Amino acid sequence: MLYPRIIPCLLVKNKGLVKTVKFREPKYVGDPINAVRIFNEKKVDELIVLDIDATEQDREPDYRMIENLAIECRMPLCYGGGIKTFEQASNIFSLGVEKIAVSSSAVNNPQLISQISAQVGSQSMVVVLDVKKSFSGYDIYISNGRKKVNRNLIEFVVELQELGIGELVINSIDIDGVMKGYDLYLVELLRKIVRVPLTIMGGAGSLTDIGALINRFGIIGAAAGSLFVFKGKYKAVLINYPTSREKELLIAENALFL
Amino acid sequence: MIAIVDYGVGNIRAFANIYSSLGISFKIASKLSDFDSVTKIILPGVGAFDYAMSRLHLSGLRDKLNELVLERKMPVLGVCVGMQMLARSSEEGTLSGLGWIDGEVKKFDSSLLNQGLNIPHMGWNNIVLSKYNKITKDLETAPRFYFLHSYYFCCSCADDVVAITEYGDKFASVVNSDNVYGIQCHPEKSHNNGITLLKNFWEL
Repeated sequence: MLYPRIIPCLLVKNKGLVKTVKFREPKYVGDPINAVRIFNEKKVDELIVLDIDATEQDREPDYRMIENLAIECRMPLCYGGGIKTFEQASNIFSLGVEKIAVSSSAVNNPQLISQISAQVGSQSMVVVLDVKKSFSGYDIYISNGRKKVNRNLIEFVVELQELGIGELVINSIDIDGVMKGYDLYLVELLRKIVRVPLTIMGGAGSLTDIGALINRFGIIGAAAGSLFVFKGKYKAVLINYPTSREKELLIAENALFL
Repeated sequence: MIAIVDYGVGNIRAFANIYSSLGISFKIASKLSDFDSVTKIILPGVGAFDYAMSRLHLSGLRDKLNELVLERKMPVLGVCVGMQMLARSSEEGTLSGLGWIDGEVKKFDSSLLNQGLNIPHMGWNNIVLSKYNKITKDLETAPRFYFLHSYYFCCSCADDVVAITEYGDKFASVVNSDNVYGIQCHPEKSHNNGITLLKNFWEL
């Protein structure tokens, strides 16, 4: 049977790893390759790496870094950041990355999604949507949470599925780095319409939070940043991840469907 | 020496990295002369069926691979789309496959959605051995591998199925016929079990 996925998400800025709070205050937490090596040892389910500078600086993805990450990774890798063209996407796949993620391009050039999906297969086409709670529901943002997109979240997700995405990652801006739990109401809203694998990011502060997500939604991707790079109440930088045993227990306690 | 076929599709470096750490000699093979002194072949693959088949065709390696696999009976392991390429055809495309194992590639039925299962099949799932095969020896109990696919291999001959995986229905996740092996999941991205399987392939 298929298991829920527990996924560390790493943010890259100026070639270093950072962790943000509500998409701000990037705090340096270490070297990406070193982190991947540790996550290999810890046998993580998969890894998401997002270069949060690339689109902002309007530059090419850092192929050298991506290649190094892909070589090192013993688990599936999803890369996102600065991908605007099919050629760029194709280059990144050839470096050994299993999945690529787009955000800004999904909004600015949705045709890119159908093109990648037709040639490379939808299973490798991931869209990350950064969302923020609004008065009436949820708004989509691009450019690291600075630019609001004038689209209805649900309608846009339906459209993305028609274009051929293989996975949807939803990142909650308001609770990024807050570590008090996922926005389960948002997941509920999306679960009704999402037909592709869904991964939730933003807010996880403990394994209990991940357990709560799995308990309610079964097979789902539970992604987290702070939880897997910080330890203790003073948030000391320490790469960590549940052991196989802890993960088994977490799933067994919560996934009653299995 | 193992040849990891480089035709511009698939995660060549990940295989290389694992074999390199195991101290097993390998070569990233992109031209005919790369196949000299090779004793085993890995055919990786990521992407759409037609895209992968046409890239393989363009690489100019197809005849060479046919000769090594069909005439010289060299062991070959197709991975993910590389496995699907072993079939005669795929519902994902119009090009014909290599036809090294009798079967066709089908799309997961959209009725999976009614069971709360999404397409693609993405994540860690168990493989259940249907019979003994050297390629699946020494795996952990209830071994898990990483899957990422919307299409699956449907064998014409039940005897070619080495392991099955359950996703709504059951499908063949590891197949073998004679010297031809295929695996739907990604052993190069499946931690210990994947490494064991790749080591087993070398030791065949």
